[in-house]
Amino acid sequence: MDIFLQQLVNGLTLGCVYAVVALGYTMVYGIIQLINFAHGEVVMIGAMVAMSVILGLAGSGVPPLAIVLIAVLAAIPACMAVGYLVERVAYRPLRSAPRLAPLITAIGVSMILQHLALLIWGRNYIPFPQMVKTQTFALSNSETAATITNVQIAIMLLSIAMMAGLITLVYRTRIGIAMRAVSQRPDVAGLMGVSSNSVISFTFVVGAGLGAIAGVMIGSYYGIAHYQMGFLLGLKAFCAAVLGGIGNLGGAVLGGILIGLIEAFGAGYMGDLTNVCTLNKFLPGFAGLCGANSNMAVFGSSYKDVFAFIVLILVLVFRPQGLLGERVSDRA
Amino acid sequence: MSLLQLLDVHIGYGGIKAVKGIQLNVDEGELVTLIGANGAGKTTTLKAISGLLKPNAGDILYQGQSIVGVVPHQIAQKGLALVPEGRGVFPGLTIEENLAMGAYCRNDKAGIASDMEIAYQRFPRLKERAKQTAGTLSGGEQQMLAISRALMSRPRLLLLDEPSMGLSPIMVQKIFAVVREVAASGVTILLIEQNAKLALQVSHRAYVMDGGVISFEGDSRSLLTDPRVREAYLGEAA
Repeated sequence: MDIFLQQLVNGLTLGCVYAVVALGYTMVYGIIQLINFAHGEVVMIGAMVAMSVILGLAGSGVPPLAIVLIAVLAAIPACMAVGYLVERVAYRPLRSAPRLAPLITAIGVSMILQHLALLIWGRNYIPFPQMVKTQTFALSNSETAATITNVQIAIMLLSIAMMAGLITLVYRTRIGIAMRAVSQRPDVAGLMGVSSNSVISFTFVVGAGLGAIAGVMIGSYYGIAHYQMGFLLGLKAFCAAVLGGIGNLGGAVLGGILIGLIEAFGAGYMGDLTNVCTLNKFLPGFAGLCGANSNMAVFGSSYKDVFAFIVLILVLVFRPQGLLGERVSDRA
Repeated sequence: MSLLQLLDVHIGYGGIKAVKGIQLNVDEGELVTLIGANGAGKTTTLKAISGLLKPNAGDILYQGQSIVGVVPHQIAQKGLALVPEGRGVFPGLTIEENLAMGAYCRNDKAGIASDMEIAYQRFPRLKERAKQTAGTLSGGEQQMLAISRALMSRPRLLLLDEPSMGLSPIMVQKIFAVVREVAASGVTILLIEQNAKLALQVSHRAYVMDGGVISFEGDSRSLLTDPRVREAYLGEAA
């Protein structure tokens, strides 16, 4: 039971980060039907910029919490600038090109950003400086109690606040209505006086801003930063967006949290489920392995990364529109 | 005073010349109609005026200034509103949000709210369904919404592309009553129609388009009785 609760906490934390990153994918897809594969790299740049700022300010006498805040406030505009430039330079010239062209460009941009980061920050894993002391709270009185840390709580609260903020922006404000109008009928939105280019730029900038905060969160959670950290994270968040129904904001949140939970529970139970002695009860041929080492498992928790992609394949086969995705009814 | 002028405008796309040198003039306060058969070049002309297509040659003047090459959203900001063919409502936005989009270029909150109320009074059906998405509306209701949305911008020039298309006769009567009312309130209108009789009845002046050129023009009342127009466009023997 404690493993269950622990993995639930871990899964929700991770799921919140995936959800915030998935929102960046789904917003861009919703408005120009492009999978912006460079979004994971924007998240990485957010983590890297924040890390550099923290390292630069550490020991300067500034209070630790203020340093973290300054780092986040530096990462957000840096990522927004990257998001804006990527759209302006790489995607806008391809606006009327066949859809494959911007998609391949997105993969190219992803590589370029990774290697720019490699040039700036080097190829080593960099410890993400922990400015706030991690405090652990037990969730019950038992000795093997599941725990939750202050970092996990902060990640969850911040993510929920950002998701609520984004949904308010998209559904309650003038620019949000314009974003949805451009995504549905860009030509007609133009007839209303909406500049679709500005609205598209705005979408990239907002998504990148969310990505920046996600980068800081994932950096502090894992305590490590690396120039390739955005790649796998981005792909998983993309799986989350597809699971929820790409283009759908609520779907990205749901998909992100589900992918986080699936991954956490998968990692937690994979070893037990594929233990050679457990398998021996159902399948022939494992008796010898069980006798030799009763703790051996066919797949360990290091296979956790595979779950997001298994989910992606299952969704694409059985429900390509995703959990919440549906076609908007449109009568002529 | 002339609000819109088309000077020897040629428009083609993909090697096909759809409009071959037309002259057209709409004065401030007029309701002018452009009628003609399917494929005559009417919609192409309207798209060029609103900036969705660029003419190959000739000039389009709005308030005396050329608007050729100006992008659609800037033309819209100048007070020119198009109700596109097929209505073009945003299917996933609610009625209310569609109307708000029409007022995108305006900042006067109170004025927008009162104009929305006027739209709801004009078409109570829209008020009943204000929170529903526009994709769930019938064709006639979508046309009401499209016209109301265009009016939300308080346009100086309203371009209507086939507002009667696909609608029931009762709905057509309703829409045309509104067109007349809007014209009476001082908005200049250029109306494109296949329903020539109706269009000639509501308008002051008319242009008849055929094969990319203007074949007749004149006072609507006199065109209604012109034997050539009656034969070709009103389905009556001369």
